[in-house]
Amino acid sequence: MWHLLPRQLETLWTLFTAPVVWALHFLICYVGAAIFCEKPGFLGTDFDNLRVAIAVVTALALAMIVMSAMLAWRQWGFGTDDPPHDDPTRRDRTLFQGYATLLLSGLSFVAVIFTALPALFVTECLR
Amino acid sequence: MSEVASQERDRKAEEEQLRAVWENPSGWRYWTSVNNYQIGLWYGATAFAFMLFAGLLALLVRAQLAVPENDLISADLYNQAYTLHGTVMMFLFAVPIFEAVAIFLLPPMLGAREMPFPRLGAFGFWSFLIGGVFVCGSIFFGAAPSTGWFMYPPLATSEQAGIGADIWLLGLSFIEVASLAAAVELIVGIMKCRAPGMRVNLMPLFAWYLLIVAGMIVFAFPPLIAGDLLFEMQRMFDWPFFDAARGGDPLLWQHLFWIFGHPEVYIIFLPAIALLAMIVPTFAGRPIVGYSWIVLAAVGTGFLSFGLWVHHMFATGLPQISLAFFSAASEAVAIPTAVQIFVFIATMLAGRVIFSTPMLFAMGGIAIFVMGGLTGVMVALAPFDWQAHDTYFIVAHLHYVLIGGMLFPVFAGLYYYYPLIDGKHMSDRVGRFAFWMMFTGFNITFFPMHLAGLRGMPRRVYTYPADIGWDWLNLVSTMGAVVLGIGMFAVVVDVTLHRRNKPRGEQNPWNAGTLEWISEPEENWGVRSIPRIESRYPLWDQKDLARAVRAGEWYLPDASEGRRETLVTSVLDAEPEQVLRVGGTAYVTIVSAALLGTVFVALTFKWWIVSGLAGVAFVAAVLWWLWTGTGEIPEQEEKHIGHGISLPLYASGVKSAGWWAMFITMTGDGTAFASLVFGYFFFWTIHSDFTGGLAGPGAFWPLAALGLFAAGWATTVGARELNRRGAVFAARALLVAGALLSAAGCGAALTGPWASGMDPTAHVYPAIVWILVIWAAVHGAVGIIMQVYCLARSLAGRLTPRHDMDLHNVALYWHFMLVTALVTFGVVGLFPEAL
Repeated sequence: MWHLLPRQLETLWTLFTAPVVWALHFLICYVGAAIFCEKPGFLGTDFDNLRVAIAVVTALALAMIVMSAMLAWRQWGFGTDDPPHDDPTRRDRTLFQGYATLLLSGLSFVAVIFTALPALFVTECLR
Repeated sequence: MSEVASQERDRKAEEEQLRAVWENPSGWRYWTSVNNYQIGLWYGATAFAFMLFAGLLALLVRAQLAVPENDLISADLYNQAYTLHGTVMMFLFAVPIFEAVAIFLLPPMLGAREMPFPRLGAFGFWSFLIGGVFVCGSIFFGAAPSTGWFMYPPLATSEQAGIGADIWLLGLSFIEVASLAAAVELIVGIMKCRAPGMRVNLMPLFAWYLLIVAGMIVFAFPPLIAGDLLFEMQRMFDWPFFDAARGGDPLLWQHLFWIFGHPEVYIIFLPAIALLAMIVPTFAGRPIVGYSWIVLAAVGTGFLSFGLWVHHMFATGLPQISLAFFSAASEAVAIPTAVQIFVFIATMLAGRVIFSTPMLFAMGGIAIFVMGGLTGVMVALAPFDWQAHDTYFIVAHLHYVLIGGMLFPVFAGLYYYYPLIDGKHMSDRVGRFAFWMMFTGFNITFFPMHLAGLRGMPRRVYTYPADIGWDWLNLVSTMGAVVLGIGMFAVVVDVTLHRRNKPRGEQNPWNAGTLEWISEPEENWGVRSIPRIESRYPLWDQKDLARAVRAGEWYLPDASEGRRETLVTSVLDAEPEQVLRVGGTAYVTIVSAALLGTVFVALTFKWWIVSGLAGVAFVAAVLWWLWTGTGEIPEQEEKHIGHGISLPLYASGVKSAGWWAMFITMTGDGTAFASLVFGYFFFWTIHSDFTGGLAGPGAFWPLAALGLFAAGWATTVGARELNRRGAVFAARALLVAGALLSAAGCGAALTGPWASGMDPTAHVYPAIVWILVIWAAVHGAVGIIMQVYCLARSLAGRLTPRHDMDLHNVALYWHFMLVTALVTFGVVGLFPEAL
């Protein structure tokens, strides 16, 4: 079976995947809106285009976070073990990583939605 | 003679030798110590002293505001007092105190002998001390900064700001360097120097928090350093980065300052919560509930805190959609923050709580912090903030957050960890008295400020009229400040006076479960032997651990070659990898810090020659430090650490601690560079023609510089590979070629803007191009020094095909240099052409 990532990804960095996606999403929304509002014409002048772009970026970000969460869920053994995962074994260390990553994916998911919400309500480059 | 007795004698001899190796020099040479125990203590005591000084300034401010139309002190002194109060509290107390606590606590907590770079830690401390005394001392000459702790231009770039602004910029830049040094030390220490078996799921939460905080420092402080650089260029040489008349924009400073400033709040807050995460389980008598949730909260807060900076700029007229993004993130950060509070409450509910003095401070702090957090959610809403902006409501909010989220937990930590300093408790009675005085005094001081703010009292006013309803609120605040001051004074008396005649207490007086309580205050070695850890609370779960560690039964119980050593382990599972020899007692750290301090102080007074000479001497001192103290080829390949394990004494590349230190340092450096590039595009965004119609550097010279630096990179990487394969002569030849190519690259870089006659004082466009190009050229020059250094090491036989750590680290530097060159010359050379 084909896997996007190897079954045992032995690194600390997977923990940060979802928050990094949040950070990139945040940056794209902020920089995109700033350039759109400061330089009319450079990225178009129709504010709705900006809102659609934010919607697309948001959908992409959420999809990536869900993917990170699925991988984390797998690393956590699909929840077959309960926390606290404090045994001195490699298995418990892996489960802990999976669980913490899953929690962070949840937080990042919510935070991405928070960031995108203004685009629902704001309709022009008002100052 | 029995075998047992002979073993006993061996142990004694082993212990004597270990003690001798880690012993401090006596007399005045005591101050050359680099041991984490002394450095942590000095660092902490210095930060505490700065805090008391800033507290006195606060009392001065409160005295002036006690009654309307007061003229107790002059308006100018008042401005200096509140500016220095904020500056000292944030830069000289709140951040350094945690670096201090971390340096003091982490080695025993992680089961290490020492931090991986003790001399770097000592250098950081001396830099901090020199910079701090310089900044604080300025008020006695009437020369302190007086334009507010965030130094907004155009006020702070104006002539009226005086030398105080330069003292702020240069003094604090110097201290920021010290903070970055500490961050490097903490990250490498936590990732690579844990006791065997201390996997990431068993790490003490304090270490988790400090790892995140140190990572935040690496990304948060450099934007401020970049901002300081731009600011100082404007003040010294009239480069118009923040001058609207010549295309600059004061808002750029606000962006750079708050990209630093908001994460800073969490850089202060998270370590305080980390202390609580150690204290609460001890007094609840059970492991923390929701360890993974704490990790979620720490990491989540660390990230989200970088998306909040514009909430300090809600009133600057940015587009509403931009404000809304930051408002949303500011609301979101309440989630992980609250998770931590609930974890503590759950832990207390699940255990049996002993309300000791540290617990009182902890709980009082949380109560105050929650209130500050709630007003924080209020001001995170832009419409409310427009009303409250720059009023005393904000003053109240930030003090509730910082004193509840930081000062009270620090005092909790002081009472909790004091026995680790000299084996004696602080007084419980004084502690309780101090707590109640501080708690009530705090609320009496700061609660009325909410009301004063809602009644429209602006921040930073020197005085106010009598008949507008602010007078009694201010009088109450001032009385509260006195009560708060008495509480603090009681703690000072307790720390300095009471304990002389007390007997030494027990080793682990609170019956805590974490490893730091194994540390013996009388010994300098961190831990007698390095144990294998199998629990989050090893002193609770591994019954015989303390005795076996102290009896020297675990790993690395000796120092038979007379060197200070600690273990390096793998990041995830903490499997032993290497025996790391760390630096011992040294003058070079103090000398380097003093020389770098001289550079900054001389710049403040525009003593160019002194500054230049000190700069050269500083580089020489650092090279001497590196040459004599790092990358040493050990006399044997491996060392036996007991229990049948032998580990290498030398590692290069990804496996070495030095490689990680270079990586982290350059990540911070890259962040500063990215901030300058942000400045370039910021100016592009706000102007229809950001070049102001002026000529750019063209494409030729920038691309030539890029090509030459790329060749410098390729030769360095080639030299590393050839050297590894044993072609030493060819490697040396490549290093020479690399240095020459890089020198040509520096020349080409500077020729671009020079040949097109770009005048950096005329407009912001030439200024920002020059600053980027100079940044790249200076980094190229540092790269040349490194290449020549490796060449010299190779010629001196200190760098061989097998022992090539220096060359690996230099090649890593050049990877970053290549990216710097690509971005710099791509941006300044091609971006204007592409438009």
